Amino acid sequence: MKIELIVNGKQQELDSAPGETLLHLLRRIGYKGVKKGCESGDCGACAVLLDDRVVNSCLVLAAKADGHRVTTVEGLAGQDKTGELHPVQEAFLEHGAVQCGYCSPGMIIAAVDLLAHNPNPSDQEIKEGISGNLCRCTGYVKQIEAIRIAAEKMRKSADV
Amino acid sequence: MCEQRKQEFTIVGRSERKVDGIALVTGKPKFVADIDLSNMLYVKILHSPYAHARITEINTSRAEALPGVMCVLCSKNTPSTRYTTAGQGYPEPSPYDTRMFDTKVRFVGDRVAAVAAETEEIALQALKEIEVHYEELSPVLSVDAATALEAPIIHDEKDATGIFDPVRNISAKIDINVGDVKQGFAESDSTVETTCETQYAQHTPIEPHVVLSYLDEDGRLVLRTSTQVPFHTRRIVSYVLGIPLHRIRVIKPRIGGAFGTKQEILLEDLAGLVTLRTGRPALIEFTRQEEFVSARTRHPMRIRVKLGAKKNGILHAIEMEALSNTGAYGAHSLTVLSNVGSKTLPIYNKARNVRFSGKAVYTNLPVAGAYRGYGAPQGYYPLEVAMDELAGKLGLDPIELRRRNHIRCGESSPIFEEIGEGREGVAQTINSCELERCLEIGARRIGWAKKRGLRTRNGPWIHGLGMSIHMQGSGIAQVDMGAATIKMNEDGSFNLLVGATDLGTGSDTILGQIAAEVLGVPLSKVIVYSSDTDFTPFDVGAYASSTTYVSGTAVKRAAEEVRGQIVGVAAAMLESGMTNLTIKDEQVISIDGRSVTLAEVCQRAMYQVDQFQIGATESCVQDQSPPPFMSSFAEVAVDTETGVVKIVDYVAVVDCGTVINPKMAQGQIEGALANGIGYALTEVMLFSSTGRVQNATLFDYKILGALDIPPIDITLLDSYEPTGPMGAKSVAEIGINAPIPTIANAIYDAVGVRLTKTPFTPERVLSAIRSHSV
Repeated sequence: MKIELIVNGKQQELDSAPGETLLHLLRRIGYKGVKKGCESGDCGACAVLLDDRVVNSCLVLAAKADGHRVTTVEGLAGQDKTGELHPVQEAFLEHGAVQCGYCSPGMIIAAVDLLAHNPNPSDQEIKEGISGNLCRCTGYVKQIEAIRIAAEKMRKSADV
Repeated sequence: MCEQRKQEFTIVGRSERKVDGIALVTGKPKFVADIDLSNMLYVKILHSPYAHARITEINTSRAEALPGVMCVLCSKNTPSTRYTTAGQGYPEPSPYDTRMFDTKVRFVGDRVAAVAAETEEIALQALKEIEVHYEELSPVLSVDAATALEAPIIHDEKDATGIFDPVRNISAKIDINVGDVKQGFAESDSTVETTCETQYAQHTPIEPHVVLSYLDEDGRLVLRTSTQVPFHTRRIVSYVLGIPLHRIRVIKPRIGGAFGTKQEILLEDLAGLVTLRTGRPALIEFTRQEEFVSARTRHPMRIRVKLGAKKNGILHAIEMEALSNTGAYGAHSLTVLSNVGSKTLPIYNKARNVRFSGKAVYTNLPVAGAYRGYGAPQGYYPLEVAMDELAGKLGLDPIELRRRNHIRCGESSPIFEEIGEGREGVAQTINSCELERCLEIGARRIGWAKKRGLRTRNGPWIHGLGMSIHMQGSGIAQVDMGAATIKMNEDGSFNLLVGATDLGTGSDTILGQIAAEVLGVPLSKVIVYSSDTDFTPFDVGAYASSTTYVSGTAVKRAAEEVRGQIVGVAAAMLESGMTNLTIKDEQVISIDGRSVTLAEVCQRAMYQVDQFQIGATESCVQDQSPPPFMSSFAEVAVDTETGVVKIVDYVAVVDCGTVINPKMAQGQIEGALANGIGYALTEVMLFSSTGRVQNATLFDYKILGALDIPPIDITLLDSYEPTGPMGAKSVAEIGINAPIPTIANAIYDAVGVRLTKTPFTPERVLSAIRSHSV
């Protein structure tokens, strides 16, 4: 079947077999930043924004995304055409929140979603915001810190 | 006395960003399965539904006839060579008890057959078309069943080698005696004895095992694989498939976590054979379910520890006896068992009488292998619980008991020499040990003096404090080899090529920092590449906490050699003596203030005078394995109504020598503690009565999420290991040893019960509290 998606701002008409997940489709068309960790919605490595909310793309049928906007980790940097990293990406880099980097795309997407809806989260709210994203390397300490710092930075630039 | 650091560093000691960080946070295709090759085949594996059975007949003709199926592999058409999947140095100290496809299956999840097809769907469909007839055998589903008289023999094949006693299901055995423990206990004023048991637990890297194989333009086999051990992979695949080593190239791109489970050749042989048979690229990705059932686990163990001490609290005798479950195959069975003793007993080197014995036995359960800590977490559990008990018996503060007994700078332990990796060890003297400060700082930060023993109540919750101390090693002395190549480019940058295997730890970055420090350039001028058996020099790979200490020293040596070459060229350019020159800020500066840039030096060497490539390859094998040390403290709250254990606060103080990159070193400890807390409280593989894993999902096998993380307070001490690069030791594994005994001792402080079985689930804690209060 034919479906239409706007992936990272780019409109695409795509063929998708019935039963194909959004995860599978996105990776098939080249968005390899969307990671496969469990295909059962437990790890969050495949998280993307569907319109403006975070979803595990392994649990979404591609057909259900027909006509919607999808944002993957590849679509976060340089949205302002300068190629600059998103403040969450920048903070993950700067504050040691990335180890192997396999959970990072999903975790970053979850954090972007959190900060879009709650620009000033408490640590507890940050933990809740990334509670669907498993990481086996870091112990989450640096990720929570990075999201807190990214939030501050985003609030400051919003004030300007 | 410990040697103090004399050098000041510029790049080392800074929290530099990860050299591969930008690519990772922007989702660049850095991992194995992130590249698309045309004409690729998908490989799926048929796993055994039985824990123990003989395959009497296997018919693959219907599967082969299915359109889109290109290749079906089973015992009938694959090499029968026995090998070990353990990615260790050659000759591997693990038994050769595995075949690509055997005529006997030994656990639910063992390989039976595999299909390569045009699509994943066709491959899965074809698996259903394979007819297999099994003759079921009695399964051996516990260590007690394995060691019982007349137990079924799991490895009855005639061609296996290196098994200690196949008839008794004993994969490996060890028995080490120092002094005379019997007499030692008789001479002791006080003794305690405890037996602790650990569970089946898994690594669960977020990226499951994955390999992509293809033939290059010259017909050589390329394996792009998620591995900790590219060079061992090349060697073992060459051996198993019977093709020359030089016809294989192994590429390790970015790895999505490993923790030991990727120190194993699990899929590369299979993908390689599919590609050789079909000429086409082949992809094998374990599903999460397969990862749980068919990858590797930590060795479950039952360990008895007996301690004897004199009145003054000095240990006089230690006995440790381990029974390890290696599962269906003996990968790492001897070496993990050895490490139970070798990574724990030297910490209490005052005891003159020590016995360490143990065996690793086969069962028809999933295969254990290397897992962060490598036996030390299992060993520290009973040892540190027994120390807690002994402190109580002697009326000493547990910290004071450790203080009287722990190893110090300038001291040694006979255990270093007695136990090695499947052979004798290497004698060594401790050159750096900050355990005293670890204890002092940790006690202060957790509030030991104020809070311990108070049993503060808050409704049903009772608080308690526990502690333990730990060591690990830094590589395997006189075994692990690492090498590094550095070559200079005419813009003053350098390529650093290492066989050392960054699996997410950040080793590319810290090795780059070591090179940049020596070469006087910013990290951005060092282009780090790991690992590719065609291009990077040999390294055993990332395991045994070896990379910083062993590979890091190789990098330092290579950088020093290159630095010497640079100074030589600059001396000619500046008409100055070599000793009058220093390298700083990308320039070679003479004593009188004249300078040339590194770019100018390289341009001269490449294009102008006495031309040569500035570059070097250097190797390192260390004579020692200096232990990092740590103290670990936790405050817990135990809900006496439900048995839930909550960690209120966790404090770790670590001596890992010079800290090359503070944020990354903290991250290693934080990650290891989180993994260890899960191991202590929530993680357990459950089995049906027929040996099937019952909780093979990340929903049912509970690893810690962000909401489960307690406050973690980490102090990295300023310490200096004179034999390490820039004074560094290892940091990757030690943290995982700590949570189980620390939490067990804290629970005892809170509610007075000793938990001797992990994980400390609410059911177990509640039942211990209830049987205690009756």
